Amino acid sequence: MWLYTDTVTEHFQNPRNVGEVDNANGVGDVGSLACGDALKLTLKIEDDRIVDAKFKTFGCASAIASSSALTEMIKGMEVGEAEKITNEDIADFLGGLPKEKMHCSVMGREALEAAIADYRGEKLPTADGEIVCECFGVTDIEITRAINESSLRSLEEITNFTKAGGGCGKCEDKLEDLLRHALSEGLQVVEVDKKPKRMTTLQKIKKIEDVLEREVRPGLRLDGGDIELIDVDGDFVIVSMRGQCTSCTKSETTIKELVEKKLREQVLETLIVEEEK
Amino acid sequence: MAADKVIYLDNNATTMVAPEVYEAMEPYFTELYGNPSSMHTFGGQVGVALDRARQQVASLLGSDVAELVFTSCGTESDSTAILSALKANPDKRHVITTRVEHPAVKNLCENLGAMTGTKYRVTMLKVSEDGLVDFDEYVKALTEDTAIVSIMWANNETGVLFPVPEMAKAAKERGILFHTDAVQAVGKIPINLQELDIDYLSMSGHKLHAPKGVGVLYVKRGTAYAPYMTGGHQEHGRRAGTENVASIIGLGKACELAAEKMEEETTRVKALRDKLEHGLLTTIPRSILNGNKEHRLPNTTNISFEYVEGEAILLHMNRYNICASSGSACTSGSLEPSHVLRAMGVPFTAAHGSIRFSLSVYNTEEEIDFVLEKMPAIIAGLREMSPFWPGE
Repeated sequence: MWLYTDTVTEHFQNPRNVGEVDNANGVGDVGSLACGDALKLTLKIEDDRIVDAKFKTFGCASAIASSSALTEMIKGMEVGEAEKITNEDIADFLGGLPKEKMHCSVMGREALEAAIADYRGEKLPTADGEIVCECFGVTDIEITRAINESSLRSLEEITNFTKAGGGCGKCEDKLEDLLRHALSEGLQVVEVDKKPKRMTTLQKIKKIEDVLEREVRPGLRLDGGDIELIDVDGDFVIVSMRGQCTSCTKSETTIKELVEKKLREQVLETLIVEEEK
Repeated sequence: MAADKVIYLDNNATTMVAPEVYEAMEPYFTELYGNPSSMHTFGGQVGVALDRARQQVASLLGSDVAELVFTSCGTESDSTAILSALKANPDKRHVITTRVEHPAVKNLCENLGAMTGTKYRVTMLKVSEDGLVDFDEYVKALTEDTAIVSIMWANNETGVLFPVPEMAKAAKERGILFHTDAVQAVGKIPINLQELDIDYLSMSGHKLHAPKGVGVLYVKRGTAYAPYMTGGHQEHGRRAGTENVASIIGLGKACELAAEKMEEETTRVKALRDKLEHGLLTTIPRSILNGNKEHRLPNTTNISFEYVEGEAILLHMNRYNICASSGSACTSGSLEPSHVLRAMGVPFTAAHGSIRFSLSVYNTEEEIDFVLEKMPAIIAGLREMSPFWPGE
């Protein structure tokens, strides 16, 4: 059994915007019956703004919930803004997806991209790729992009996000090559592109929690203390100290020297950590 | 129907421990906790109870008590049987099985090289559209090099029955060992091993209202046997490790009950299954029965609802506390739909939307009526949302 968040369950049980928009001027059709999930996204776009969005989905609960979430996210949005939405944004909107189900959010993003390309009369950027995974029809461009955008580090993660390699497994060698290639190139990209990445609040919270759990809490717990993330407001990260840390005179130093330093290194350079008053 | 009542139609996955079984087991947790191998009466009396349980299992299977080894599960029984046969025939390098076996046998047969350090040729027999094997093709596959045949008695997903008695006979005539994974068949159809040429048979407790964690391997008298684990002398040296006493007692009781209820299974349960199946197929358009209708367990039906996906169906059923299973890819965590349905050539349009309902003697007509009342709207709702649904 999958452990879905309440938001996923709610969107699955009461999906928003089911159907097809009349006189749609942006249509994205991705997936297939053979693949086990498919999404048809129809958009009504006026003056570069998405005024209506509907979906039809064949697939599991998380595929339906991802489609429903996507339509809710993009309604009323400028096309230029909408095209920045990533699969991680869709997953975040839903409070997260089981890792094996991340491909459902990828499908949502792909449909959105296809619908926008259709509206603009452009060719999809991924259309020229060479099919690597025959079972699910996944191209090298799609795989490389997923590796880079979602920081994938293993074959299993590639399969969870793109389905590639989840069938007969014959493409595993090619996937390894793509992974190795993307990782070696990725290092250079980081050197050139120092601009801070645009991050949604949900993404920030997720990453901050991750760093706190991995890098901060183990040390605090040794001293009988703990830290809790209270809020993230723009660059301000509000935390609260727990246990022994509450009475510790050095808590201010801990927050600035340890927590803020780690978060700036690993999440965003501009973050400012403050203790809840 | 009370809103919180669970309608359990997933008995091929596991079953409820029968109240009588639970009652029989209880003293072996609380009062009678002795070790059956002990010299004192306190432990020794437990050994006597184990003998009684073994007799109850033997009665259901039509075997001798000396032919039964208690194990931890069906999977252990399968592995022990197949690896025993291979060890006993070191010169033979061929194994026959089918494409629709349970992973306990399928994955073992696919990995024999790694398991044994010896390369084996494995014939995986094809099945027809309705899930049956071609008997002539089976006989042709039997060669002098064949060490063992392992073919399930009843398929867990479709309930389809293979002609195991005839297949075992054909193997016997050629001096080939025959194993059957009868986990789904025992307790649901009459079996009399004395009259059959089956060398090894696996069964599992939790599929017939005994607890999880106990199984049996039947080994015909005089058949090669190699213990899977080394250790103490339990089970006459055939299966080391202190006996799972309470569960074995429970399994004995469950076998006794299964024998008593066999007729109910083949009449009342079958009638409920047929009512459910007929009702679904007639009220829901584009629904298809998977598997042969005649050669089938009395409790199982597997139906595909085209153009919708199984996990989504199950989760909507779950809102009404109706429990079943699906052959869809999404429910397994893998990305491929059921290997059984794919081997039968069920198209993707149908395989992803397959639902298995498996009943037991504890199901009632009221429950079936409730399911029949709810299913059409669940399927129609999902189809409304499906980009492939062509309309009725």
